[in-house]
Amino acid sequence: MAQLLKQGQVTVNNWQTLDTGTTELPSGNLLVPVELWQQLSLGAEQHSGEIGLWLDGSEEIEQLADLLIKAPVIGIRFSKFADGRGFSMARLLRERYGYQGELRATGDFIRDQLYFLQRCGFTSYEFDDSVDVAEASKSLNDFTDAYQVAVDQQVPLFKRR
Amino acid sequence: MYRYDQYDHKLVDERVAQYRDQTQRYLAGEISEEAFLPLRLQNGLYVQRLAPMLRIAVPYGLMSSQQVRKIAEISRVYDKGYVHFTTRQNIQLNWPKLEEVPDILAELASLEMHAIQTSGNCIRNTTTDQFAGVAPDEIEDPRPWCEIIRQWSTLHPEFAFLPRKFKIAVCGSEEDRAAFLLHDIGLQLVENSEGDIGFHVFVGGGLGRTPVIASSIREFLPKQHLLSYLDAILRVYNRYGNRDNKYKARIKILVKAWTPEVFAERVEAEWAHLKDGPATLDGTEIERMKSFFTAPQYLSFDAGETAADLQSLAKDNRAFSRWLDRNVRSQKQPGYSSVTLSLKPAGVAPGDVTDVQLETIADLADRFSFGEIRSTHNQNLVLADVAQPELFDLWQLAKSAGLATPSIGTINDMICCPGGDYCSLANAKSIPVAEAIQRKFDDLDYVYDLGDLELNISGCMNACGHHHIGHIGILGVDKKGEEWYQIQLGGSANSNAALGKVLGPSLSRQAVTDGIEKLLDVYVENRLEQESFLSTYQRIGIEKFKQRVYGTAS
Ligand code: SF4
Repeated sequence: MAQLLKQGQVTVNNWQTLDTGTTELPSGNLLVPVELWQQLSLGAEQHSGEIGLWLDGSEEIEQLADLLIKAPVIGIRFSKFADGRGFSMARLLRERYGYQGELRATGDFIRDQLYFLQRCGFTSYEFDDSVDVAEASKSLNDFTDAYQVAVDQQVPLFKRR
Repeated sequence: MYRYDQYDHKLVDERVAQYRDQTQRYLAGEISEEAFLPLRLQNGLYVQRLAPMLRIAVPYGLMSSQQVRKIAEISRVYDKGYVHFTTRQNIQLNWPKLEEVPDILAELASLEMHAIQTSGNCIRNTTTDQFAGVAPDEIEDPRPWCEIIRQWSTLHPEFAFLPRKFKIAVCGSEEDRAAFLLHDIGLQLVENSEGDIGFHVFVGGGLGRTPVIASSIREFLPKQHLLSYLDAILRVYNRYGNRDNKYKARIKILVKAWTPEVFAERVEAEWAHLKDGPATLDGTEIERMKSFFTAPQYLSFDAGETAADLQSLAKDNRAFSRWLDRNVRSQKQPGYSSVTLSLKPAGVAPGDVTDVQLETIADLADRFSFGEIRSTHNQNLVLADVAQPELFDLWQLAKSAGLATPSIGTINDMICCPGGDYCSLANAKSIPVAEAIQRKFDDLDYVYDLGDLELNISGCMNACGHHHIGHIGILGVDKKGEEWYQIQLGGSANSNAALGKVLGPSLSRQAVTDGIEKLLDVYVENRLEQESFLSTYQRIGIEKFKQRVYGTAS
């Protein structure tokens, strides 16, 4: 995934995602699988770049949360865009565990989900080269306001009307 | 009824713009078929057997006369001049053009309507009792709560991609007219021992392939916690519901697998974090919502005189008297009645109504019922607040518009899904079966003598026609490419909700009406005085019915 939409800007993605089962760490910024992240954070490894982690929507994060929220970047991977578990996971990380770092959507999400993703606490989005990301980023602004409380708005509309 | 403010308007307008852009990108080949599917579904657009089908939301079944006129106009301009009312109180257009749907949505938005989340794996239209607000047995009007839920569920960012569709119903009265135990979440307004009103929460009900009656997970939820509690249920479901197998993806399967007790514990654990959070409702919001659903400007009548007048009119006019019996019911306000306009004349698909009829209905609502119309899950329409001295005039006008078939609650008031005539999932046609039954039982005296009888027909296991909860249920099945029909008995959506039992081997189309007649004979021969079909069935069991239909003991 070469392109990154972050804070509304299109940038080059200079993070590399490692698959599960990888043991050798290449140099540069890395998103590593959560198991590897656990090992690394226990062993305080020397590394030339930053290291974040990625999760599947199915991960039970409750037990790991203390460890996870230290990561500079957490990627949540959508195996299928119709699999909405990542939306709940993002809100949990932000609202329950107080994660402050970058929360990145990766995998099979689609641009038409950007507005919802952002409301749930995502701050960056990986796109592959085929996508016109500047164009896609318009979907971040599909709506100007919303009824519900979410990460981006802690005051429900009914208190603001 | 609820009226939009600038926030609601802006939201539906932005939704139209969003969908217009999505449609254009789809037509330009920039969105794949697969990615467009949930986008169009979440705007109510299916692609059916013959054409796309657009489902328009009627939040908890409530419409103004202007909205109904707009629907009439849309059906004329963009469709074939008729629409269909569904069992979820919504409206379907059967022949819109995919590329014109954004224009239709814009027309709807101009009158505070939309098609948001009328399909797809998301939270659907919240339904309730068609007599909400006027029912004499009401604990509290459920409509303000339905509107609170509507707003909460509309474009909820976390729950737009659930494992499967999700339906919520609210019941505010003792008698259940919302079938709330057959919903993913059923909310029953109840009073606790301190005299506070709150919700009894049920989860995991539903029809479809695996019909289940919902389980109680919380006996009393204080009102202000409604939304945070719903968030907790939905979050548990969103995270743990089955996503691998569409037939195991409804919340009912999760509740069953975990047991209702464990499910309740999981919800409570999640809710512990959300309780008293920012989603907590306050008195101001609850009062604001209630202010939209106040009683209209009723007039007062001399009750004795009105009743005497009606009685004498009824005495002279048998047809009027029948209509009073079946289609008119008393309501809270003395001197007023609620009238059901029937969408079930023989020869018309149940729930279908033409543009001209819609305009007549809007006029009738303006003249007789404060400009409001309600749709029912039985696919009829209701004018809830009709002054009794005007009933006769209303009847005459409704009759000439074909809206006064005096069959409400009888065998001829069946619920029927679109079936094989329209639906690509169907195993069999359902509309011709409904019609054959209506034609067979056209002797009104006989039909009245049978009394309350719910007959529900679905064209396949998806059960859109609610066959599991019909006193008599008919299910279309496919037998080596031929259309056959399975009969079920004893279902009920009322407070003692029950699922029907299969009578025996399925019948051919030709044999269905005869089979039904035999069932009715058994009932008539065995009933005790005043006993309904359902009660007789419950008392004598299925065996006698079986023997009569199949001619053998088994
Ligand atoms: S029950 Fe089956 S045939 Fe009938 S409308 Fe639903 S999916 Fe279609």
